[in-house]
Amino acid sequence: MTAETVEPASKVELAPGVGGGGEIPSFDITLKVRRYNPEVSEEAHWDDFKLTMYGTDRVLDALHKAKWEHDGSVSFRRSCAHGVCGSDAMRINGRNRLACKTLLKDLDTSKPILVEPIKGLPVEKDLIVDMEPFFQSYREIMPFLINSGHEPTRERLQSAEDRERFDDTTKCILCAACTSSCPVFWTDGQYFGPAAIVNAHRFIFDSRDDAGDMRLEILNDKEGVWRCRTVFNCTEACPRGIQVTKAISEVKNAVLNRKI
Amino acid sequence: MQVHKYDVVIVGAGGAGMRAAIESGQRARTAVLTKLYPTRSHTGAAQGGMCAALANVEEDNWEWHTFDTVKGGDYLVDQDAAEVMAKEAIDAVLDLEKMGLPFNRTPEGKIDQRRFGGHTRDHGKSPVRRACYAADRTGHMILQTLYQNCVKHNVEFYNEYYVLDLLIVEEDATREDGSAYKQKRVAGVVSYDLASGEIHVFQGKSVVFASGGVGKVFKTTSNAHTLTGDGMGIAFRRGIPLEDMEFFQFHPTGLAGLGILLSEAARGEGAILRNSDGERFMERYAPTIKDLAPRDIVARSMANEVREGRGCGPNKDYVLLDLTHLEPAHIDAKLPDITEFARTYLGVEPYTDPVPVFPTAHYAMGGIPTNIKAEVLQDNDTVVPGLYAAGEVACVSVHGSNRLGTNSLLDINVFGKRAGIAAAEYAKTAEYVEVPEDADQFTIDLIEQVRSANGTERVAQLRKELQDTMDANVQVFRSEQTLNETLNVIASLRERYKNIGIQDRGRRFNLDLLEAVELGFLLDMAQVMTVAALHREESRGGHFREDFPDRDDEKFMKHSMAYKDDLATSESVAGIRLETKPVIFTRYEPMVRKY
Repeated sequence: MTAETVEPASKVELAPGVGGGGEIPSFDITLKVRRYNPEVSEEAHWDDFKLTMYGTDRVLDALHKAKWEHDGSVSFRRSCAHGVCGSDAMRINGRNRLACKTLLKDLDTSKPILVEPIKGLPVEKDLIVDMEPFFQSYREIMPFLINSGHEPTRERLQSAEDRERFDDTTKCILCAACTSSCPVFWTDGQYFGPAAIVNAHRFIFDSRDDAGDMRLEILNDKEGVWRCRTVFNCTEACPRGIQVTKAISEVKNAVLNRKI
Repeated sequence: MQVHKYDVVIVGAGGAGMRAAIESGQRARTAVLTKLYPTRSHTGAAQGGMCAALANVEEDNWEWHTFDTVKGGDYLVDQDAAEVMAKEAIDAVLDLEKMGLPFNRTPEGKIDQRRFGGHTRDHGKSPVRRACYAADRTGHMILQTLYQNCVKHNVEFYNEYYVLDLLIVEEDATREDGSAYKQKRVAGVVSYDLASGEIHVFQGKSVVFASGGVGKVFKTTSNAHTLTGDGMGIAFRRGIPLEDMEFFQFHPTGLAGLGILLSEAARGEGAILRNSDGERFMERYAPTIKDLAPRDIVARSMANEVREGRGCGPNKDYVLLDLTHLEPAHIDAKLPDITEFARTYLGVEPYTDPVPVFPTAHYAMGGIPTNIKAEVLQDNDTVVPGLYAAGEVACVSVHGSNRLGTNSLLDINVFGKRAGIAAAEYAKTAEYVEVPEDADQFTIDLIEQVRSANGTERVAQLRKELQDTMDANVQVFRSEQTLNETLNVIASLRERYKNIGIQDRGRRFNLDLLEAVELGFLLDMAQVMTVAALHREESRGGHFREDFPDRDDEKFMKHSMAYKDDLATSESVAGIRLETKPVIFTRYEPMVRKY
């Protein structure tokens, strides 16, 4: 599959200003953070932070600035800071996003930027929620390859087309942005939610897996795929660009047709 | 004191920790402690691939892979370990495929392979396709696949349990030659539950350290915020030496100014580097394999271009990664994530415009010394029974003074598996070492001291000053002067650290406290790294001394071993003792390293 690449030129004429750059503009923002700490009070409230930020800064940088320079008790999870670990899903101006992937300059900085915890999971402190119910649903769909045949000595073969069939849903980072954007999940915490279905999809449509029927049976449950009302919030919320609603529809069709 | 009893306690839930857990969990009662959630671990950020001589697309064999690893590490690699890794690489990849990892495929349906820096056919003749991959998210797929298999095997995780101490007891013992020494034994670890603020002791017959790296000593880094060298720091404080800490890898292609990683796979797929003259400058530095030279050479070449005035941009402080001659469809299929990073964070369209890049602190070659069974060493040859380490926290040493791309994903799988099996087997026959009565006291004191800290220094400010000085002085180019300057800065930061203040006094998710504790590890590790770098008066692999630009095999063909020792002074720094450990040679004599 590897395309033979043409040997590139040893020297090229670079266009002027290539690579961009110049002064990085700075601007002032108001960051409104939803605060909650049951050690102090059962009531949640908003705190405003007035911050000077730069053109390449993300919401995560603003949160860090608030924490590091103003109030050390502002609490949120984060790790990789470039959108692959899934720690910092939060509601930013009412939409589920990763704080490390949301550039401030792409938001309307003339108004306060609202940052709240994702919805539908119990808030522990500030922007930190209890992720356990989310991972519980994930575990229930048996998120691992099940293969009944003899193990080959080498790798199992899989055509590039069969591999492509489930590529989209392998991108999931379990950040919960989709599940916690789903209005059905907000009102019914028992619903498996989009992320669990996405991860079921990843195995149901993997030609190497033999347990598709079992997973479809699980998702045919009253808290399964049929709770999905095709609102598309999940697809909009996914920071990895997974076509979540499409994946759920494919699982629905597979349940109906039992053909995978 | 809350004590949990397990056969095996694993610290860290990235690739190495979970690979160990899959083995150990099926053989013995196992707990995995992580300060994050398993799927947040930084293995997930690895992109390009995992090398194994499968020979699926062209002729290859594990001996060539061994040679490349040894030469890539500038001959400081322990060759027995490199052989183990290259040989077991093949099964490591096949294991992952059987666990469900969705590798890219060849037209015949086999695992596809691509080129990567420093991996060659027949001892350097030309680049070879050895890296097995899943687009540019190979690490993500490995992390997810290992987590999925941990779920399958019901591995017990303690999420957001931050391990802060290693319980070691010492016994009087006698060597074969009759000399007396203190034999260390492991009793368990002490952890701090971030959610509740409670201290939990985990007693284990075996303990596996797999807690990752220490990239956050630098400002510009591909590493996660959470990679603060905790595991290395804990071991060091308890008298375990740290090996080869002067060797840190700077990955050539971090997004300029941000440090976010753009995989070497880009160059593996044909991208090249250019300077402000539009010149493909790697032709001058590595005429044979050019842009696919090992990372230390490429990073140094880039820094040199900038230093000699051929950098790009308004401040002439970066070079360009050019993918514009590649087909957009090929880029989308093979490099979707990194091209999105360029668009999201720099607003550059890689189809049509070259991407600004500069070296970014990436990987610690050094760490807790182990042998090829993943057993931790308390000195050059004494094993600590029941204590294991694998992955970036460890130093086997398969990477020597410079790691080849893809060999870390390989390292975590090969030595993670070995550690998991060995830890479980040991636990089957071993007795528990009794947990001392005041086992949690050190951790309680540490936590309470930080929780009540009300000095005037801010943790974020001290950390920033540390990172700034490490970037300026201990990066690609180093000298006696820059290293001494760094030691002075670190000494003053350590003083100021005693006067920090934090604002959050709570128990629940006190991440203000967490960052203060992490800074303590960062300061310790930065000091060890710099002392070792000052001592090594030669240039080898990732360690380049402007005042000693050549490799000096006579004086320095040996590993460094740094011990915490209150009675010792090294390079004018009190409390550190530097020793050396011989390099293990099996089949390759050191040669001049040219590409």
